Amino acid sequence: MADGIKDKVAIIGMGCTRFGERWDAGPEDLMIEAFEECLQDAGIERKQIEMAWYGHCISKVGTGPGGTALATALRLPYISVTRVENFCATGTEALKGAAYAVASGACDIALALGLEKLKDVGYGGLPAFDSGAGPLNSQTMPNISAPGSFAQLASAYRAKHGISYEDLKKAIAHVSVKSHANGVKNPKAHLRKPISLEQVLGAPIIADPLGLFDCCGVSDGSACAIVTTPEIAKSLGKTDLVSIKAIQGALSNGEESGFNQWDGTGFATTRRAAKMAYKEAGIKNPREELSMFECHDCFSITEFVTYEDLYISPEGGALKDTMDGFYDADGKIPAQIDGGLKCFGHPIGASGLRMIYEMYLQILGRAGDRQLKDPRLGLTHNLGGFPSSNVNAISIIGRYE
Amino acid sequence: MVGITSYGGYIPRLRLQRSVVYAANAWIAPGLFGSAGGERSVANWDEDSVTMAVEAARECIKGFDKEHIDALYMASLSFPFKDRQNAGIVARALNLREELESADFTSSSRSGVSALAAGLNSVQAGSTRNTLVTVGDRRITKMAYTHELLAGDGAAALMLGTDDVIAEFKGSFTITSDFIDHFRGQDEPFDYNWEERWIRDEGYFKIAPRAIEGLLNKTGVAGEDISAFIMPCPFGKATHKIAAGCGIAVEKVADNLHKVCGDTGVAHPLVMLVAALEKAAPGDKIIVASFGNGCTALMFEVTDNIKRVSGIKGIQGCLKDRKEDQNYMKFLAHRGLLQQDLGMRTEADWKTSLTALYRHRGQILGMVGGKCTKCGTNQFPKSNMCVNPECNAVGTQEDHEFADKPGKIMSYTGDLLTFSPDPPAHYGMITFADGGRGMFDFTDYENGKIEVGQTVRMVFRIKVIDQARNFIQYYWKAKPIINSEED
Repeated sequence: MADGIKDKVAIIGMGCTRFGERWDAGPEDLMIEAFEECLQDAGIERKQIEMAWYGHCISKVGTGPGGTALATALRLPYISVTRVENFCATGTEALKGAAYAVASGACDIALALGLEKLKDVGYGGLPAFDSGAGPLNSQTMPNISAPGSFAQLASAYRAKHGISYEDLKKAIAHVSVKSHANGVKNPKAHLRKPISLEQVLGAPIIADPLGLFDCCGVSDGSACAIVTTPEIAKSLGKTDLVSIKAIQGALSNGEESGFNQWDGTGFATTRRAAKMAYKEAGIKNPREELSMFECHDCFSITEFVTYEDLYISPEGGALKDTMDGFYDADGKIPAQIDGGLKCFGHPIGASGLRMIYEMYLQILGRAGDRQLKDPRLGLTHNLGGFPSSNVNAISIIGRYE
Repeated sequence: MVGITSYGGYIPRLRLQRSVVYAANAWIAPGLFGSAGGERSVANWDEDSVTMAVEAARECIKGFDKEHIDALYMASLSFPFKDRQNAGIVARALNLREELESADFTSSSRSGVSALAAGLNSVQAGSTRNTLVTVGDRRITKMAYTHELLAGDGAAALMLGTDDVIAEFKGSFTITSDFIDHFRGQDEPFDYNWEERWIRDEGYFKIAPRAIEGLLNKTGVAGEDISAFIMPCPFGKATHKIAAGCGIAVEKVADNLHKVCGDTGVAHPLVMLVAALEKAAPGDKIIVASFGNGCTALMFEVTDNIKRVSGIKGIQGCLKDRKEDQNYMKFLAHRGLLQQDLGMRTEADWKTSLTALYRHRGQILGMVGGKCTKCGTNQFPKSNMCVNPECNAVGTQEDHEFADKPGKIMSYTGDLLTFSPDPPAHYGMITFADGGRGMFDFTDYENGKIEVGQTVRMVFRIKVIDQARNFIQYYWKAKPIINSEED
């Protein structure tokens, strides 16, 4: 079996726009904003980029299909640009493409850029599903929303572990309170206000039991990375290298939604991808070895069940860890130290790269007010779709030693 | 012997209190006071004449070998489709075989009994063996109009055949007359009605007796031997006068269900007939008459087989399974009688791919899944590769019906973000004990009375209406069982 790409790819530059309701900026403006920071960070010239991967999800309200939007926005010199789309895991997929190109020797330097421009829709939340979901899905799927699909985790989790509505509601409220506290310290975050437990519990319901503060922001934004091999990075004069330790993915195959086995309390895909990622990165005990992580906290309940799916909290132990502050900024393993999807925001195609951006800054000691002490390994968990049918992408990055 | 071999009835749960309709409209239509008592049945927003007919028919065909049903008729004055056979939708939902005689009956208040008479004639002639007749109506009336109060929503189904007949067909008699008490022109949404006193005096009192007397003469039965006289009529005790004139005792006139349900349109003669059969005894002679551009009257004689009928919820069961509704605004909104700002999310395009619908008609309209002939796993939806991870065999699926399986709620939510005509939209994962699961909309639920593990019954409902093309998408939904009285 292949031994993976651990330490075969270095990230030499990253950039990320301020996320939020960017009424001021179109997709190309956001791409340029992220790219300029990234290019400057990498210290290379634009023409040195040989291949690019463009992650963009909801193209009907963004740049349309295809990869030309990226090539045109950045005036890339007639190079290969591959557009990738894999629901909300799109950003990590873009990095995977670029990293594999470098690791395989297909090119020396590659760009991964994620972009989403959601606030041209005209209403809050993600665009509604319709016949665009496909000719069969649109006739058989409930008129489901993202919060409605994830909210169901709560009902199944409560039933399985015998937890009261109020106790779980309080635990997931803590998840959001923690992320808001972190977001305050992040100048690029969409939402930068602290919230109290009482505010979360008293907020209007969006999809029961999820209230307003259990849901992440819907944002515009872009994030990108430039990758190369550690050897080339050194030849470019780079020191303090950050390298990719693992990138793994797992997709639902219809078992969860069609075969009576999965119990609806978490993500079969996360568990599979996490196991493979830990193996690729050489991690034996994630609870002891990880310094921090960014998980796909589209909703507080998603983050909550992911604690267990990532094998950090024991089975049924998410509630205790949450309430103990294990994942708080001053806890054992801080989660969403940049505010997460919850507060940094969720421009879908950019989110996977935004997560990696924070891990990258933390490892290099460039995270400002929210800098953690000496982090070595950071994990990102990027998820798209619904609990019963989803795309999962996990990456682990760390110091190149 | 030719006659009715099985029956089913369906009255939707919601009962709009007529007093609230009156209270809202008294300022402009104080005359409604006379009809403001009691309650009327109201179809949920996702029900129409077809879905209600399916529900009545499911009950009617319970225990029947579907292979032996060779004709299906449907009658309504509120067919969802003007050109797409509505009986065909019912047949598809019931998973009847495609070698099936079928027809829609409409254009007159009398079309329900016309369908019944045609079905009986067909069986009598030996053209068909088991004919399923379904009727359903969900009529739309203008606000503040008497018929808004008088009408109800409902459906009924009768199986007609020659084996194990529970009510023998004795004969029929029809007067056809272009008496126009009301009419609805092509593309008109509402009926136009003439003066009530003329309709009663020149219509009901003069035309109906000719049909009923004709029937009595034809069958040689005396009016005094009639056990039940069924005839929907909007004018209070007018049917008493008609019955008395034909020698039928006034106490034999069947209750028209006005207080508890309202007049379910072309379905009503059959709804009342089902209600009568539910309490009938062997030997009872029943007349069913229906007025509309003339009058048709049919006679049945109940047989000993009536004693064997059991386990049918029927009209009486439906009348007990009720939920009072005071929300007149919601009633109007669900009938498209109000212009509401429903938000941009409702602008989504729900164009239906007819090719995909036809290819997946079993799944979408019939809730047919698959069963793997190799490993025995049931799966819904069906795909050509077995879902069992230990099997994954290709090409081993045979059709397997899921509609009548009780399901259980595995996970759910009440969603206020997504659009629903009746928010919050409830949906969740439903699992079937012997295999198969799926994410389904819930319907007829009550907020706060849903839990993981609860049993659901799958029901055929409107999923969404493509407003741009006026095409109705149907699919199956999960109805949480609140009382233990069902299944």
